[in-house]
Amino acid sequence: MAVVAAPARGSFRKRFLNEEARAGYLFVSPFIVGFLIFTGGPLIASLYLSLTSYDVINPPFFVGLDNYTALPSDERFWHSLQNSFTYLALHLPTGLPFALILALLLNLRVKALSFWRGAFYLPKVTPLVAASVLWLRILSPNNGLLNDALATVGIQGPAWTIDAQWVKPSLAIMALWTVGTWVIIYLAALQDVPKELYEAANLDGANAIQRLWNVTLPMISRVIFFSVVVVTIASLNIFDQAYVMFPPQVFGGQAGPQDSALFYMLYLFQQAFTYFHMGYASALAWVLFFITLAITAVQLQVSKRLVYTDTGR
Amino acid sequence: MATATKVAAPGREFTKSQEFLEGRRPTQVIGRVLLYAALVIFTLLFMVPFVWLISNSLKDAAHAFDGKWIPEPIFWQNYVDIFHEPEFPALTLLKNSVIVTALGVVSVVFSSSLIAFALARLRFPGSNLIFLVILGTMMMPGEVTLVPVYLIWRKVADLTGGVIGTGTLFPLWVPGLFGSAFYIFMLRQFFQGIPYDLIEAARVDGASYFRIYWQIMLPLTRPALLAVAIFEFEAKWKDFMGPLIYVGGKPELHTLPVGLQIFSQHFGFGQFRWEMIFVAAVLMALPLVVAFLVAQKHFVQGVATSGIKG
Repeated sequence: MAVVAAPARGSFRKRFLNEEARAGYLFVSPFIVGFLIFTGGPLIASLYLSLTSYDVINPPFFVGLDNYTALPSDERFWHSLQNSFTYLALHLPTGLPFALILALLLNLRVKALSFWRGAFYLPKVTPLVAASVLWLRILSPNNGLLNDALATVGIQGPAWTIDAQWVKPSLAIMALWTVGTWVIIYLAALQDVPKELYEAANLDGANAIQRLWNVTLPMISRVIFFSVVVVTIASLNIFDQAYVMFPPQVFGGQAGPQDSALFYMLYLFQQAFTYFHMGYASALAWVLFFITLAITAVQLQVSKRLVYTDTGR
Repeated sequence: MATATKVAAPGREFTKSQEFLEGRRPTQVIGRVLLYAALVIFTLLFMVPFVWLISNSLKDAAHAFDGKWIPEPIFWQNYVDIFHEPEFPALTLLKNSVIVTALGVVSVVFSSSLIAFALARLRFPGSNLIFLVILGTMMMPGEVTLVPVYLIWRKVADLTGGVIGTGTLFPLWVPGLFGSAFYIFMLRQFFQGIPYDLIEAARVDGASYFRIYWQIMLPLTRPALLAVAIFEFEAKWKDFMGPLIYVGGKPELHTLPVGLQIFSQHFGFGQFRWEMIFVAAVLMALPLVVAFLVAQKHFVQGVATSGIKG
């Protein structure tokens, strides 16, 4: 913390206008200006816009809470919300455990660690738009890699990207390929677990599973909690893959078969930048914000019981 | 990072020799074999999509997706044709991506580090308050400011007759000039590791605060600056929604991600020429993949640091 160590009893002029303080204010001024223009100002503007009807051409027209009260009867709003939550429910319990398993394997003092770690992270380096066109073909029912592979073991795979039912599982499978970030973060946390704890557990005769359950997981529970929060928010914000893989121009104006890839951010994007319903889009943004906030609050409450905090030192 | 813990951990010699002895037990050997078998299988699963991508990008239209791993014949011509493909103006897209990425990285690294230096090592009233605002900004959801920020750039375009604002590349990198909350947060911690004495000494020698930042602080925090630069390089090179919103209507200003999306929509869904789309995808991923292979350590360290803040 930058404790204010300037002479405490000095005059106002001295405290605020000495050379060090002047340099300090000058150097942080870009952030303050940027905050006002790109964060603080827009935050207030967004709140106001959400109470208006605004099509970019005519001036905003105040409508009170109409945008919010219109939401419950908007079918596509519910549909997009449902799609985003379905994706979250598929991705969260598969992606993070998969990443944790990979990190646990890498933590077993393996040789050539950076090679394996690099291999697991490389897909995440690939731009998402490039990964999306690749996976669109991998999941394709016609000569797609996945169904070809399944066919060799006698399984006939579903029409992943064409069957509305399989669109979100498809995206969750693709997301398994890009969990590398969490492998690295989990591994860093695992490497920070004090070795003495394992030695103590060994002396107590704990087997590998007991060590995992009673030492490893509690010690990295803070990072696991962090990952759950971040992945929840990111999943509810899914956009790029859906936009690339299910363009409305191809699916008769819908986002994928039967709008099955109409995720919340996609709907918000359409309202804002296709229909120029800026007021309605702002209301959608605030609703998503409060939904996310509520979920994070619940996760925080749950974590208080589950996350181990070191109070002994 | 791993090597550091190896050296530092006391009692390590004991466990190591113990492990060496245990390593000779048959159950241990089987365990190790299973471990490496699992790693090889997972690595193959992660790599197979890449191999498939490159393999199919080297096939002509008649042989694309024929199920063969090694193309027959290997059709290098695709990698020439892509530069003459009117639906995918590769050089224009590349130019725009390079402009946005280069300007974005330079401006965000410069301003974030200057702000972080001031917050970490200059004493002035209100610095703690500003730091709290930075923390708050990090928690800010992007979706809420999306529409108003777009409207600001639209206004700017109106006022400047379209020279700056929507329909130009400026909105894609100019925000970097004002620093990024996350990077400021990261860099501030690095600057805090530098002793005040160093600054005092430089002050006695008559150096200005900017010179201290430029000539002493920046060289000392090079690894952290590199991590930030890599982060931003990745973010800007991959950014899709930004260019879509700000230059979506101007094909001559499209960046690679937007160009690839449109190419796949027309050429893929329309004409089923996915091998050409694969070529474009390979070319677009290449700079990042090469950078990763060269500087893996820095990529990994940056990601690991970003997780520790939780």
